[in-house]
Amino acid sequence: MNDIRSVLRAYILENLLPGEDPSNLTDDTELKESGILDSMSTLKLVTYLEEQFAIEFAAADLEPANLSSIAALQRLVQSKL
Amino acid sequence: MSLGDLLAESATFTVRCDGAVVTHTELTARSDRIRNCLRQIGVGRGDRVGLRLHKSPDAVAAIFGILKAGAAYVPVDADSPVARGAFILGDCQVKAVIAEPGARQALSEELAKQSVSPRLLDLRELPDAPATATTSCNVDDVAYVLYTSGSTGRPKGVVLTHGNALSFLDWCSATFRPTCEDVFSSHAPLHFDLSILDVFLPARHGATLVLIGEDLGKDPQRLAATIAGERITHWYSTPSILNLLCEYGRLERHDCGALRAVLFAGEVFPMPRFRALRERWPHPRYYNLYGPTETNVCTWYGIPDGDCRQGRDSFPIGSVCPPNSARVVDEQGGDVPVGATGELLIAGPNVMRGYWNRPELTAAAFLTGGDGRRWYRTGDLVTEGPPGEFTYRGRRDRMVKRRGYRVELGEIEAALARHPDIRETAAVAIPDPESGVRITAFVSCQPGRATSIIALKTHASRNLPPYMVPDRFKVIEALPRTSTDKVDLQGLVAIA
Repeated sequence: MNDIRSVLRAYILENLLPGEDPSNLTDDTELKESGILDSMSTLKLVTYLEEQFAIEFAAADLEPANLSSIAALQRLVQSKL
Repeated sequence: MSLGDLLAESATFTVRCDGAVVTHTELTARSDRIRNCLRQIGVGRGDRVGLRLHKSPDAVAAIFGILKAGAAYVPVDADSPVARGAFILGDCQVKAVIAEPGARQALSEELAKQSVSPRLLDLRELPDAPATATTSCNVDDVAYVLYTSGSTGRPKGVVLTHGNALSFLDWCSATFRPTCEDVFSSHAPLHFDLSILDVFLPARHGATLVLIGEDLGKDPQRLAATIAGERITHWYSTPSILNLLCEYGRLERHDCGALRAVLFAGEVFPMPRFRALRERWPHPRYYNLYGPTETNVCTWYGIPDGDCRQGRDSFPIGSVCPPNSARVVDEQGGDVPVGATGELLIAGPNVMRGYWNRPELTAAAFLTGGDGRRWYRTGDLVTEGPPGEFTYRGRRDRMVKRRGYRVELGEIEAALARHPDIRETAAVAIPDPESGVRITAFVSCQPGRATSIIALKTHASRNLPPYMVPDRFKVIEALPRTSTDKVDLQGLVAIA
C-alpha cells in the first residue's frame, strides 16, 4: 500500500507540481477540481500506473471519484492488483 | 441565402450522437420549435442569442433555431468557468441564452453581476409558441460571434456574417466534394471555429454528422472505437487530438478504413508525430488547414502521398483559399519579396466584419491597402516560396496556440493577478517537443504573503478555461526587469 502511495506522490510531485513543497500535497488534496489532473495529465498518469503495476484499467474505473485524491487513486490501483 | 437555410437544402442530413440518431425531419421540427419560441419572446434579425450547451443534437438544433429566427448565435464553453461565459454573454448583449438546467442558477447570478438579464431558456421545457416563418437574412447579417482570448484579459468577440461562413463553405464544397454518403466527425467544441465546417458542411450536402461529446473527445481509446464503429469518412480536429489518438488510442485494434480525408488545423503538426499517424492510417488524404477565427480557414495544403518532407519540421500552410487574397508585409506594411519573412494579411469574403463593440481593436486589426481593400492582419509571420505557397514561421505578439486554442499570455496574467496574495505575474511559453508549447507562470507574492503551487493551480483552474491553465508555476521573489523597467520576459524564458 505504502509503495503505491509513494509511487503516486513521486509521480504527481515530479510531473504535475514541479517545485511544490511536498508537505503541501496530502492524501486528500483534491486532484481533479484543483486542475492538477486535467484530461491530458490523467491519461498520462493512468498509462504510467498501468505500466508500473502491470495492470489495466477499464473505462468505468476512471470515473472522477476514483481519481479525486491520492487516497482514491491508491484504492483504485490496489483493487486491480 | 443564409446559413439557416442550409438545413432545408438537403433532406438526408442526419445527426448521430452516443447511439442516438436524429433525422433531418426531427432536426427541422426541433429547430422550428426553437425559432418559434425565440420569435415569440421578441428575438429577431439583428439580435444575438447565447448558447451554453454541451454538444448534443439539441445544441445543433438550437444553432439552426437561432439562425432561423434571424439572430446570431454566441456559443460559450459549457466546461469553462461560468463567470467567463457570463462575461461573454453580457459583453455581446444577448437577448436570450439557451442553457442546461444545471447551469441556470450560477449563470443567472453571474449575469446579474454583468448587469444584464437575458431570458434563460431550457430546451427541455420550451414554452409553446405559435408557428412563424423562418426570418430571411442577407449575407451581411451577423450569423455568429466567436470569442477568443484577449491580450488584456478580456475575451474579444469575432463578428462573422452569413456571407463569411458561406464563402468558406463554398470553398469546402469545391475542395472536399462531400456527398450524402459521407460521415463527418464533429470533435471541436461549438465555440471553436472548426465547428463551422463540422456542422454546416454535412448539413448542406445531406451527409451524416457524428457528434463527439466533451468526455468522449478526451478519451482516445473510445474515440478510436467511434471512428471505426461509425465509419467516419471525414475527420477534422487539431493535431493535438490526432496525436492523442495515435499515441493512446490503440489504433491497431480498430479498422478506421472508411476514413477518406483527415483535416487538421489550429496549430503546427510536428513532422515526427504526423509520420507516426500516417503509418497507422496510410489511406486517407491529409489536409493542413490554416486560418485564425477572424477569417476561418484561409490557406490550405493538401499533403501529397509520401510527402513527409525529410529535413523539415512541419508542412507549409499552403496556398490561399479562393476567392480570398493574401499578402506578406513588413512592419511598415510594404510587401516583402518572395522568400522573406513578414506578416500574413488576408482580404476577401471570408474576413470578419470586426470585433464586437471594440472599434479600437478592429481598427488595429486591419490595414487598408493602396487598392482600398481591408486587409486583416493575422499576426502570423510567414514566408512565401515557392510563389503562392506560405510557410508559418511564428507570431509577432504574445499569442500562443495550445491544443489548437488561441491563448493570450496576457489573459493568463490578468486572471492570476486577481488572486489576493499575488503581487506580480508573468507567463511565458516555451516550445515543447511533445505538446507543442509549455506555459510557465512566474508569480511573486504580496509582502508577508506566501502561496503554494497547488493553490495557484486551483485558482487558475477556477478562473481560466482548461486550455489556458499554465503547465508550471514558479514562485519567485520578484520578477526580473529590463533596463527600461519592463518585465524581462526573455530572462524568464531562460529560466522557465
